[in-house]
Amino acid sequence: MDCVIRFGGGPAVDSDKGGRVGRMRSLGVLAVLGISSALLVAGCGGEAETVKIVSDLPLQGANRAQTTTMVNSIEMAIEERNGKAGGVNIAYESYDDATAQTGQWDPIKCAENAQSAAQDEEVVGWIGPFNAGCAAVEIPILNEAGLGMISPANTYIGLTKPSPDKTEPEKYYPTGERNYTRVIVADDEQGQAGALLMQDEGVKSVYILDDRNTYGQGLADQVEKSAKELGIEVIGRQGIDGSASNYRSLMNRIAQANPDAIYFGGIFVDNADQLLKDKVSAGMSNDDVLFIGPDGIFVDTLLSQAGDAAEGAYVTFGGLPESELTPEGKQFVKKYEQQHDDEVQPYTAYSYEAANVMLDAIERAAKEAGGAPDREAVLQQIFATEDYEGVLGTWSFDEDGDTTLTELSVQQVQDGAFEYQRTIDAGEM
Amino acid sequence: MTTGEATKTRSAALLDSVRASSWQSRLAVALVAVLLTLLAVEAVQAPGQFLSQLLIGLTNGAILALVALGYTLVYGIIELINFAHGDNFMIGSFVGLTVLSGTFAGLGLFGAITDDSGTLLKVAGVFIALFVAMAVCGLMNVGIERVAYKPLRNSPRLAVLITAIGMSFILQNVGLIWKGPAQIPFPQLISDNKVFGPGSILFRWNDLFVVGVTVPLLVALSYFIQRTRQGKAMRAVAQDKEAASMMGINVNRTISITFLLGGILAGASGVMYGLFNGITVFNVGFTQGLYAFTAAILGGIGNLTGAVVGGLLIGIIGAMADQCIGTRWTAIVIFAVLILVLVFRPRGLLGDRSAVQGGGE
Repeated sequence: MDCVIRFGGGPAVDSDKGGRVGRMRSLGVLAVLGISSALLVAGCGGEAETVKIVSDLPLQGANRAQTTTMVNSIEMAIEERNGKAGGVNIAYESYDDATAQTGQWDPIKCAENAQSAAQDEEVVGWIGPFNAGCAAVEIPILNEAGLGMISPANTYIGLTKPSPDKTEPEKYYPTGERNYTRVIVADDEQGQAGALLMQDEGVKSVYILDDRNTYGQGLADQVEKSAKELGIEVIGRQGIDGSASNYRSLMNRIAQANPDAIYFGGIFVDNADQLLKDKVSAGMSNDDVLFIGPDGIFVDTLLSQAGDAAEGAYVTFGGLPESELTPEGKQFVKKYEQQHDDEVQPYTAYSYEAANVMLDAIERAAKEAGGAPDREAVLQQIFATEDYEGVLGTWSFDEDGDTTLTELSVQQVQDGAFEYQRTIDAGEM
Repeated sequence: MTTGEATKTRSAALLDSVRASSWQSRLAVALVAVLLTLLAVEAVQAPGQFLSQLLIGLTNGAILALVALGYTLVYGIIELINFAHGDNFMIGSFVGLTVLSGTFAGLGLFGAITDDSGTLLKVAGVFIALFVAMAVCGLMNVGIERVAYKPLRNSPRLAVLITAIGMSFILQNVGLIWKGPAQIPFPQLISDNKVFGPGSILFRWNDLFVVGVTVPLLVALSYFIQRTRQGKAMRAVAQDKEAASMMGINVNRTISITFLLGGILAGASGVMYGLFNGITVFNVGFTQGLYAFTAAILGGIGNLTGAVVGGLLIGIIGAMADQCIGTRWTAIVIFAVLILVLVFRPRGLLGDRSAVQGGGE
């Protein structure tokens, strides 16, 4: 940690204001010196034994119920260790990357949050973000700052591995060093799971839609690829406008093409509910023409908004629901629901796992450094995570920062609720 | 004999006008001809599908047309683009939703009207929701004019434009606080079963409802402007404010009534949008307003018939683009058509001198 003056810049007085400038100026210099020496004391003095981790999630809008439980689970992980890791105090701050205006993540807010963490020397670890588009903004900024990231929720493949866009993933890592990891199974596996599910259900032809966003389009690409490999005919591919008033003409056209299934790669904020309604009202019931979506629409709000039209729809999730977690996982769920008023959501266990991996890494780095570790040491320790026994199972990070787990779950909407249906191991494909 | 001569001279005149026409207009005619031929081919190949898409386009367009009328009415009379109009539309759908839920500000007035209510209750609910939303939006539009536009009537036009944008943001945030950022489902009061039995043509009761509300509203509006004293006053004010006031027309009242009409249309289309699509959201006014505004420009802003034509055209173009080109390109196609129309006819399809202003160029 370098102890330079953080309040840079000259004195606050402009030099061309007449006779009194000289005196004012020296006063200004004195003031600046005073402030900076105070900072020096604070930065390098006895308080050095505290490090800070931050989380960055969309805390406003439709995902709020989910992300609130994630913040709670991170706080829980820190409390369980009495606020310490390897003898170092852990401070925690929760950033919000959503705006009320958009009701979801906002790229400008993401960049701001990343900048402020990058400049805060105390911050050694970053948990998040929730949305892949947001990650695409944040990773390069935090990469330059050398800050290690663990995302509980991003599944977009191009963040860590090559994608159809040839510049990925290198463009996210300007320094050439990796700093981003995730505990959730990525979309290459989720795409395969979607295709495997279709094969299981006897689907011969599929129409693929996406929401023209980083995550949705990338996932739809993976599904298209895997479906072709399994011999499922892809009879159409379209990108929808997430703010259109309805999709009736699109659904009418798809009905004419008569597919066995429709896959939607996207998040539910991009009008997944309207899409479902218009699909069913165009004469394609979810029994005749399967509707399959990814974890992006695995939100209870979808059910209340789409109503009966959601009945029978399938959702793949790059992880396991609470009922299928390890014994440790089930214990976590029980403990969480004892301590909090709200219920565990699909991603809650993943943010808890991310927080624990982060705290373990800090602990190891702190022991090595014999005090507060720096960002680089923590980053190294994050990537060194191996055979970690957590609530999700026993797993490691591979060299790209992806989890070695490959199991995904499939849920189906039954009687107005998501019901766990089966587990698909995409590693077999 | 005379008729033969008349056709002869007419065809000669037509030939003359073709000879005299610029290369731009020839190009435009060629483009339109190509497009129509392509559509005709499509129509012959799959008539059922074509008709379904046409009807979908028409119903989507009808809702747009009602919103577009609000833009065009206000522009015709005070030459202001009322950016708050789209958000007025959103408030209309929220008011409708609130009426149907039966609760306002924590007060349960009557039981919520839902999918399971009886037919009579549903019909009553739809009409009450429409009526209340029309009243609220109409009065709100008048209020907005009083507060935000009237004090600036003699200031530079940009000032009013900025207050209009400001009002738009205020309304949007009111919506945000009122119903939150997520999409909100509407109860499905109107069946989405097909009207014409199990045939291949997709025309639902829902669509019939939209047509059934839009057409009477359009007829009423047209009657009001063409046949009543107040309509005459509106036309006079649109033509020349000062001369109108010299003739004893109350200009302020006439402008207020114009805003009232615009608001009523916004309220009706807001409720219709919600019932038809089943979902509304606080920023729906922005996206729908943008398309409605485009429709008004396409038809010729200030021109009432133009707004309806523009709205229907955008609906149909959207549906046809979905069918023939691909959803990915729909927005691009719509705005490309707008640009082409404006290049060849800068005042829009039907010209911007409106029926309100007395018609004609």
